[in-house]
Amino acid sequence: MNKILLVIKREFLTRVKKKSFIVMTILGPVFLAGFMLAPMLIMQIRDTEEKEMLVADQTGLFADRLHSTDLVKYTAVQFVPADSLKNRLLNGKSYALLYIEGKPNEEPVKVTIYSEKQLSVDIQGSTRRQLENVIEKKRLMGYNIENIDEILASLKVNINVATVRWDKDGGERESHTGALMGAAYVASFAIYMFIFMFGSMVMRGVIEEKSNRIVEVIISSIKPFQLMLGKILGIAMVGLLQFAIWILLTLGIVMAVGSMIAGDMQQVAAEQIEAVQQASGGLSSMLNTNSLSAMLSGIPFTSILISFLFYFLGGYLLYAALFAAIGSAVENEADTQQLVIPVTIPIIVGLFIMMHSFQYPDSSLSFWASMIPFTSPMVMMARVPFGVPMWELALSIAILFATFILLTWFTAKIYRVGILMYGKKPSLKEMMKWVSYKN
Amino acid sequence: MTELLKTEHLEKRYANHLALDDVSISVPEGQIFGLLGPNGAGKTTLIRMINQITAPDKGSIYFKGGKMTSDDVYNIGYLPEERGLYKKMKVGEQALYLAQLKGLSKNDALQSLKKWFKKFEIQNWWDRKVEELSKGMAQKVQFIITILHDPELLIFDEPFSGFDPINVNLLKNEILDLKRRGRTIIFSTHNMGSVEELCDHIALINKSRKVLDGQIDEVRRKYGDNIYELGFKGELDKLNGILTDSYEIVSEEQSDSMNLVKIKILKEEKPNYLLSLLISQVEVLHFNEIIPSMNDIFIKVVGDTNMVMNDNK
Repeated sequence: MNKILLVIKREFLTRVKKKSFIVMTILGPVFLAGFMLAPMLIMQIRDTEEKEMLVADQTGLFADRLHSTDLVKYTAVQFVPADSLKNRLLNGKSYALLYIEGKPNEEPVKVTIYSEKQLSVDIQGSTRRQLENVIEKKRLMGYNIENIDEILASLKVNINVATVRWDKDGGERESHTGALMGAAYVASFAIYMFIFMFGSMVMRGVIEEKSNRIVEVIISSIKPFQLMLGKILGIAMVGLLQFAIWILLTLGIVMAVGSMIAGDMQQVAAEQIEAVQQASGGLSSMLNTNSLSAMLSGIPFTSILISFLFYFLGGYLLYAALFAAIGSAVENEADTQQLVIPVTIPIIVGLFIMMHSFQYPDSSLSFWASMIPFTSPMVMMARVPFGVPMWELALSIAILFATFILLTWFTAKIYRVGILMYGKKPSLKEMMKWVSYKN
Repeated sequence: MTELLKTEHLEKRYANHLALDDVSISVPEGQIFGLLGPNGAGKTTLIRMINQITAPDKGSIYFKGGKMTSDDVYNIGYLPEERGLYKKMKVGEQALYLAQLKGLSKNDALQSLKKWFKKFEIQNWWDRKVEELSKGMAQKVQFIITILHDPELLIFDEPFSGFDPINVNLLKNEILDLKRRGRTIIFSTHNMGSVEELCDHIALINKSRKVLDGQIDEVRRKYGDNIYELGFKGELDKLNGILTDSYEIVSEEQSDSMNLVKIKILKEEKPNYLLSLLISQVEVLHFNEIIPSMNDIFIKVVGDTNMVMNDNK
């Protein structure tokens, strides 16, 4: 036991002390936070410069009905042939020319926007909507309905659908599918990444010992199984440390930067709400400030956290043993490609089923994939936030750990033979034969 | 003489290949034991069994009188043929780690390492990574790590490969010093010169079987062809008169100062009798038995057993 601790300590310290580990650990969250914050930031970056759009309106319907916005200011000009306005546009500071042709007081025949630079989609869209509104309004007026303005205002609705789940024992709670999916996605994707990153780290570690020819020196002091287990556990600790730092740092950065951006956003949002309320004549938007915390409290956090830890470790341990067996059979990383395929396929299949399980957490595919230990860490993690019966969870975890123990016993036999084999690269079939070798 | 290690009827089979077949050796305490044999004969399998890396299918190993247990490996220092160190790890750190795996406490390991690094004058390597060292330098570190926990049994598999002649000498002296301090050494090599120089006992393994063992002097004498070298002054022809069918001249060489002949005694004649015949005819300068080199014995024995095995097939 003491010897395994020595191995764990070495595996842990040599990796944690590496420059690449420190750099990755610090830069990882910066990238991750950047990933999460970038959409928010990009939304913030808007062209704030006010642009002038000349409006030459032959119909006379629009010129004074277009409302200038933050983006664009409409300036009415006398209607003359477009060519004669061309110079004014090209030489002046104006951004574009809205050219409306048609008979006075009738709907336009042709609407064109001329500009020197490519017209932004925003401006094009908002101009078009304004024109449409004006025409719709004109048509409605044509029906000569009394109080048409009030009727229109009272037609505007904004519905926010709340989803509520009923338990068998009569309880009821609000469910928040969006937040649940987010939590499930992050958790199961983290497991997927952890298995891949640190599983292959185990494999590389085994190959390193073999190609450096140190392995025989070590196993003259300790049993191959102890060396393998020490390596797997040591690297698990490296992974846990790195993930813990990543989560804390990412949360820290997102919260710090997020609160700065959110301050601005709230201001914008408040303005928008005000505008909406004005427009809709004070109709309640149903948007309340408590909805976020309600959303978070709707997620079964403890069950997510506990099952996350189990699947995180169980999934890693299961696959790390397989990766170690592959590493033991080869002398350099290039030779692993073929052997590694049977191991990586279930992981990737697990990832695909996980995507399916977000949509259909209770389908039979989701159920079976969350029982099969090779896919269960990812698939079950995707289901847990939606609520999974206790017996399913317990059974799945029991299967996972039982398989881990069996598989480790099995792979240790391959490992024990493999680390002492030099020369020709073995096939999978030969590796299976090693299992039957006596000690 | 007591034996430190003894193996009895060891057998090991891998799939369809018999790696060891009924191998019994006995390694006397405080001596250097040469384990010889061509590539693939089964030496490494035997050595790995002694190190508890693999277990025999049949037979048993005794260490210090009792059946060997896995704790006995702390009393063995093993320098494998396939050896190396973690390239990315610092020399000192690594030596400490490996010493602790062999059961030394951190403090004992540190003290002992300091002593050896000083003796080999390599103190300034402590903080260097192994990849910065030359192959010979790394081998030196490896040797220190092997003997650091002062085990009673040392097993060196091709210890001299990769060393320059100066370091080979240094290593030989260390090995002889270990023997002086009462340690037992199993020494496996293809270099027969160093076997003659160092070993007290040998065992030769060929095709998974032990084909020869014993004290090295006895073995060599046993494989002598009863050839004697004679240096003398006088007429070469005079010899022909006295040498009957019991003797055969294998080679002759003439020079100004003396004549040299090698005489093979064919029948059960005593060399003393031959000498008495010679003295009466010529002036004998020297007369000695030709003892075959380990190299000759190795080639002869391995060749013979291979032939016997082929005949049996």
